[in-house]
Amino acid sequence: MFDYNFHWRPVMKSLPDLLEAGLTTIQIAVLSMVFGVIIGLALALMRMNMRGPATWFASTWIEVARNTPALFQLFFFGFGLGAIGVHLSPHTIVLAALSFNCAGYLAENFRGGFQAIPETQIRAARSLGMTAWQAYTRIIIPQVFRIVYHPLTNQMVWAVLMSSLGMLVGFRELSGETQALASRTYRIFEYFAVTAIIYYVIVKLILGASRLLATRLFRY
Amino acid sequence: MEPTISFFSGLQISDIWYLIEAAWRTVMISALAISIGTVLGVIFGWILYEGRWAAALTLGPFLDVFRSVPLIIQLVLFYNFAPIIGLNLDPFFSGVVILAIYCASLVANVARGGMEAVSKSMRRAARSLGMSYWQDLRYVVLPIGGRAVFPSWVGVALGVMKDSALVSVLGYIELLKASQILITRTQEPLLILTIAGAFYFALSYPISRYAASIEKRWAS
Repeated sequence: MFDYNFHWRPVMKSLPDLLEAGLTTIQIAVLSMVFGVIIGLALALMRMNMRGPATWFASTWIEVARNTPALFQLFFFGFGLGAIGVHLSPHTIVLAALSFNCAGYLAENFRGGFQAIPETQIRAARSLGMTAWQAYTRIIIPQVFRIVYHPLTNQMVWAVLMSSLGMLVGFRELSGETQALASRTYRIFEYFAVTAIIYYVIVKLILGASRLLATRLFRY
Repeated sequence: MEPTISFFSGLQISDIWYLIEAAWRTVMISALAISIGTVLGVIFGWILYEGRWAAALTLGPFLDVFRSVPLIIQLVLFYNFAPIIGLNLDPFFSGVVILAIYCASLVANVARGGMEAVSKSMRRAARSLGMSYWQDLRYVVLPIGGRAVFPSWVGVALGVMKDSALVSVLGYIELLKASQILITRTQEPLLILTIAGAFYFALSYPISRYAASIEKRWAS
């Protein structure tokens, strides 16, 4: 039935390269999540608490990030900014696009988290003599974090999966590396099959680590 | 006098038409994939719900693979795997198959969640009134469970619509690919990308707002 001979040897030979590229994938996903959390938190607070341009800015960011394809965002940071003279390296393009996207999605998660916490808690914290900053960092954020922990894990998985788009702008993360290697040996199926397995393992590792962390963090 | 040859030409009316055609193809492939994926996904969700451990050990991990491997890798793998088993698929068909399965793997979880949202006692009540199993599913579970998860289904469908941009890797000329082709010719990335992005936004934003408003209405 098969007229095709599978050749796994070239793939196995370049397995170290693939695994190393896998590390790049994890690294870029983690970095974009860090940026995403920081920006997302800021966007959520801006959208909820401010008026005028700040709200407008935050809403635009969030809605554009959520309502356009990630690939479009990637192209925009790549070709779009290139047109106005801002030339970024593939690494920066992927990182910027992923952070942009993650921030938009996370902002909505954070907003849901903030809204789930009764406003009276802030007032209670303030009347105990805490400053607004203290009330937020010691009372509100820890609770919000617990609420968004699961969505945060999901977003981390999405970040890993989305980073595969880097292949289309010439970034050598796992997918880009695979494409480069596959086009050299022309064993496309074999290479991408192994890459799929690596992605699967990475995702499972993240989910496992997240579950482990959850039992430690939310013991009480 | 030397003749000047221009490699790039500006944006013309016919290009706008080209983009509209491509946008139509995006809508078509998404609608087809979402329809097939939703039907499959509901069936899978039902199997997961009723099948207990047998389904949890077989269908569950199978669907999980599609959620843990980047869509772009799935597309490339399938497109390159089909010829191996003697199928000659065009990019459109491959795209629909993979998008539909991907959609189904997401909808399956949503559908199962919907079935779990209907309380056991309600279903027992339906059965005691003399409804058959299928009547119970059709007249009790579908309206109640469907309402509970309709907003998340809209989220999944919009996600698939946005992810349909990835079928461009196989050479299918949908909106984003068409805009890329135009960019190569006109060298006006910012303008064309903005048009493409605006189209996705115009499609996705109203639907997501509609889903959000329904969620709010039904929640109260």
